[in-house]
Amino acid sequence: MSKQKKWLLSCIAIAAFLAIVYVLEATIPKSSQWSMLFTVLEKGSIYALVAVSMNLVNGFTGLFSLGQAGFMLIGAYAYAIFTIPVEQRAAVYQYFDGGLVQFTLPVIVSILIAGLVAAAFAFLIGLPVLRLKSDYLAIATLGFAEIIRAIFQWNTLGPITNGSNLLRKFYTYDSALYPIIACGICIAIIVLLINSSYGRAFKAIREDEIAAEAMGINLFKHKQMSFVISSFFAGVGGALLAMFQTTIQASAFKAAMTYEFLLIVVIGGMGSVTGSVIASYLFIACREWWLRFLDAETYIGDFKVPLLRAGFRNVVFAVIIMIIVLFYRKGIMGTNEFSWDALIRWFKNLPKNIKSIPGRIKNIPNKFKRKSKKEAQINE
Amino acid sequence: MSKENVLRVSDVTMQFGGVVAVNNFSMEVNKGEIVGLIGPNGAGKTTAFNCITGVYAPTNGQIEFNGEVIVSNHPHGKMKQMYKGENMGKYNKIIAPTPDKITKKGIARTFQNIRLFSSLSVFDNVLIAKHLHAKQNVFTATFRLNRKEEKRMREETMALLKEQGLDKFKDDVASSLPYGLQRRLEIARALATNPKLLLLDEPAAGMNPQESDELMGFIGEIRDKYDLSIFLIEHHMQLVMGICERIYVLDYGIKIAEGNPEQIQNNPRVIEAYLGVDE
Repeated sequence: MSKQKKWLLSCIAIAAFLAIVYVLEATIPKSSQWSMLFTVLEKGSIYALVAVSMNLVNGFTGLFSLGQAGFMLIGAYAYAIFTIPVEQRAAVYQYFDGGLVQFTLPVIVSILIAGLVAAAFAFLIGLPVLRLKSDYLAIATLGFAEIIRAIFQWNTLGPITNGSNLLRKFYTYDSALYPIIACGICIAIIVLLINSSYGRAFKAIREDEIAAEAMGINLFKHKQMSFVISSFFAGVGGALLAMFQTTIQASAFKAAMTYEFLLIVVIGGMGSVTGSVIASYLFIACREWWLRFLDAETYIGDFKVPLLRAGFRNVVFAVIIMIIVLFYRKGIMGTNEFSWDALIRWFKNLPKNIKSIPGRIKNIPNKFKRKSKKEAQINE
Repeated sequence: MSKENVLRVSDVTMQFGGVVAVNNFSMEVNKGEIVGLIGPNGAGKTTAFNCITGVYAPTNGQIEFNGEVIVSNHPHGKMKQMYKGENMGKYNKIIAPTPDKITKKGIARTFQNIRLFSSLSVFDNVLIAKHLHAKQNVFTATFRLNRKEEKRMREETMALLKEQGLDKFKDDVASSLPYGLQRRLEIARALATNPKLLLLDEPAAGMNPQESDELMGFIGEIRDKYDLSIFLIEHHMQLVMGICERIYVLDYGIKIAEGNPEQIQNNPRVIEAYLGVDE
């Protein structure tokens, strides 16, 4: 396929996708069970953005950073603080006399500010922390995220952050297209960065720091750059998440949240943007929608289905993740990215692959047999 | 000497804790010369290399490149009491750049154990080295406002790969290349940073005699083609004696001899260091 044809195909696919979402949104009523689809699309897009930003640092630059929830928190708060309408501030900041900030900024500006504030924090944190390596960096960034959470709940900062109370009544979007388009643009920018000269430098650092430095790549500068850019988009993701949730509270941004993104990145494939995006939609769909029935007590006639009760969903979810990790060691996509050629090839090979499944299943015991034969030979 | 110095290392001492790895080492490389550094295992050759390339800041001493002081240090802090070397008060400045700054000045290196970006393509390996001198910033690069620069980088990379006979493998993953070609790719990658001085750390390690013969010719070739000076560490005596114009010999961190290959071969101290001496 020629390059132009691929471009055209991509544009058509994106336009078609947006059109379908638009039509579905107009036709599916809010009360329908299918309205969960929009939760998945909205939250999935936001998670995809944050997962891709985390992949930029962890998968492409090779830094083990676990501060994502902290940067999202900063972004979410920055966004909320600047967009609560002035007349509502007295109600929101009821314990703090209406708060300190007494103006409202346009939404787009606030989202950008959310990103920039997160990036500024990342810059300051990065100065000492990025001199650390691997596990130590992970611990330091994780600690940072927890500290940020504690600080935002601190009562003395109440006039700005509303202490440990909710922030609410800020501007939220009204169409699922909003977060999808916003996240799409952000992810596109990250992909452009990864495919640029700087992206190659990041990959070089991941591959071999010493060699990268000997090739004239300033390690600290490039690590800092990757970290700050990643945090910028995590901040934007936080702002969008605030819009999705309509209220925010610092206590929700726990370390467990970072682990969710880590899980998405690992399942999708370290170093694959496509993988992160696919994995986030799957993750959100499983958690919010497809596995919900496991949490509900179910009766078939008079028979109560065993095991199904609140919390069982998480057990099944954990098993699914284990299976994925066992069968796809490098994640769903490995380090591959989406391409039309690969997609067409996949569909062409699909019938062949499906046919070979019974054979492969039959083969599983053989694998063990062969092994035991070898062992027998050795024993002889 | 009337010839132009490219590299001048003066009184470099590298002390790790109480161990003096390189002691008062001085040397120079002239323009267009191929200079060798030999010595038994653990003599401090690679440490000397690492001092020049900025991996370590020497404890004491000074390194000049094209007449500019690029590295300079003297024992300070805790090291002041522990220092066992000489020339303590000779150098006052502290200049300790990171390796990337040294590379930017025009000193490129290869590694004793090959360090390629192993899961990236051969083309990308060389292209990454072009990042150093590219006129761009992260904004122009991301939004593709640097098309000309990017095109130039790609063209230069392709030309370099062709010259090195690696263009057939350009889309292969670097780690899938045979050993000899990986060595060659590492040299190509170093050349992509437009160096004036190339440091080769055991370029013939792990090669069979035929391959190292080829390498000998290759090193001479790139010296002429890219107008380089070359400084290399090597164990293969045949190779060192064959291509080096001057040789330095280190033993236990101390320079025990210098001169042309003939002088070195007949130097009793060198023979003693390598073969031991009759009791």
